[in-house]
Amino acid sequence: MRHARCSVILASILWAWPFLACPVIAQVDLSGTWSQPPAPDNTTDPFIGDYTGLPINDAARLRADSWTAEKWTQEEHECEPHPADYAFRAPGGMRIWPETNPLTQEIVAWRVTMYWMNAQRTIYMDGREPPPPYAASTWEGFSTGKWEGDKLEVTTIHLKEGWLRRNGVPRSEKASLVEYFIRHGDFLTIVSIVKDPVYLTEPLVRTEHWVLNPGYSLTPSLCIPRHEIDHPKGWVSHHLPGTNPWLGEFPSMYGIPVEAARGGAETIYPEFLLKLQTLPIPPAPEKKAEPTK
Amino acid sequence: MAQQSASSRAGTTSVVLALAIAATSVGRGAAAPGYGPTPDLHLLPVQGRVYMLVGAGANITVQVGDQALVLVDAGSAQMSDQVISAIKSLSPKPIEFIVNTSVDEDHIGGNHNLAKAGHFSSGLPGEETGASVVAHLAALDRMSAPSGKKPPIPSDLWPTDTYDNDRWELFNDEAVIIKHPRAAHTDGDSIVFFRRSDVVSTGDIFTPYRYPMIELEKGGSINGEIDALNQIIDLMVPDVNEEGGTYVIPGHGRLCDRADIVNYRDMVTIIRDRIENLLKEGKTLEQVRAAKPTLDYDGIYGADTGPWTTDMFVAAVYSDLSKERVQGGEVKGSAKEKNE
Repeated sequence: MRHARCSVILASILWAWPFLACPVIAQVDLSGTWSQPPAPDNTTDPFIGDYTGLPINDAARLRADSWTAEKWTQEEHECEPHPADYAFRAPGGMRIWPETNPLTQEIVAWRVTMYWMNAQRTIYMDGREPPPPYAASTWEGFSTGKWEGDKLEVTTIHLKEGWLRRNGVPRSEKASLVEYFIRHGDFLTIVSIVKDPVYLTEPLVRTEHWVLNPGYSLTPSLCIPRHEIDHPKGWVSHHLPGTNPWLGEFPSMYGIPVEAARGGAETIYPEFLLKLQTLPIPPAPEKKAEPTK
Repeated sequence: MAQQSASSRAGTTSVVLALAIAATSVGRGAAAPGYGPTPDLHLLPVQGRVYMLVGAGANITVQVGDQALVLVDAGSAQMSDQVISAIKSLSPKPIEFIVNTSVDEDHIGGNHNLAKAGHFSSGLPGEETGASVVAHLAALDRMSAPSGKKPPIPSDLWPTDTYDNDRWELFNDEAVIIKHPRAAHTDGDSIVFFRRSDVVSTGDIFTPYRYPMIELEKGGSINGEIDALNQIIDLMVPDVNEEGGTYVIPGHGRLCDRADIVNYRDMVTIIRDRIENLLKEGKTLEQVRAAKPTLDYDGIYGADTGPWTTDMFVAAVYSDLSKERVQGGEVKGSAKEKNE
């Protein structure tokens, strides 16, 4: 009887051994190629003047009002990739894979390659210190990760100046980014929280969803600038304040009060619905005559 | 837009990583040879033969090689001992050549001390001196005064050598090209391009955290500033995805690449255009200030206190553009029209 009990205990230990050898924290494997289901930001270009849902301040509005899409015809801006805080909203897929220490097999970093311009991102897991403030900043910044239960929390600093929306709403280089990577089987949710003391009055929280797509292959799309459109030397695209003719198009087309389209922290809370009902709706744009055949 | 091979991409990644790792070791005060020799100064390896020394007043560029050491700017006088100690940790070679990018004290204050610690030989018997200090001719004019009058800058801080048009030298197997923009921060500015290392030192023409200091009383100008920024951008070749490639050591602040200085050029041009437009509408300086032409950039570059406030910047641009309009017979092609 005693012998039998020992055998049961031994068998239990042997069965449980692989689990006992796991790290105490519940790390999740993020590896794989991932695709993004269609979402507003990755399937259409935002309208000029659509700042809805963004807790921005007047400085951000002026900067965005001055913006023109001609910026991308300046050779110097042609090859700017989406920065880390925007890249997950951009079209296309991504690949995530771990970098391991060959001696310990610990994951020292997660690597991410995005579809758009094949932007490379490294999330260090080895607790290294960040570069000093006088080092160069990068589009993808300096990211460190740690597991919070089964969520990977990623903190990013040293970002180059970027954008919160692809219609000129800016994000300054003083911003910081915290993200949570949460995997549920074949689904990956990435929550990003941007804090920008220059252009945001509150943190901007956004969520992206990804689906595991094992057959997905990234298209090579690294970018080097080429002269495509003639501009005078030193030409900079922008609208002078009060002269952007396109700002009214979005609220007018969708019947949204101008004040709501201008964004701001107030507009993202439910209480704003009451105010919304009292705001004037701009007239719809005149329908253009159907072209005659 | 064009695509490039994965090998170039790997190159970019390694430079960024190397920078991050090297810089981190400095930040930690690691004992790696040549880094962080003093508590107040920080040495950042940039690329090629070039290092950036931070914390001595203005940024100091150090080019290291088998022949000698070349510096761009000398920092402030109080920091000279620490600067010499930091530089010696990189190389035992003597400082042979110091280029001043402007006449400001935080750039030239260490001229005498660093030159004295260096060595320059013309090759003629008996002609051996401290390091050669080079600046543009206009910078010397700003430092000195006619005979019998007290110069604004003590003579031991003056350059020992000047140039008028662009100048080049070969140091440590590398072409060092010195360019003079006509009137930017002042009228005596120099830009230094280390061609093989692919690094440009800009002095105070470019400081990534504040509006450009346009010192009108020293011959600076807003349109000259924009021209100078464009001149620097012309020297630069970015790596893939507009990152890395040519690096810029600014007068103050962090290491930058082309994307950073392009954003800065855009900002200065846009603000120039706005103020020019308000001038065309006949606005006074107070009305221009009230219109807040810098509002969207103040959180990055603005200041309410210190040596260069937002108000001072707006006043300098307004005053300079007003002067241009008067000299040009009123509306001789607005800045906006020039930009268009």
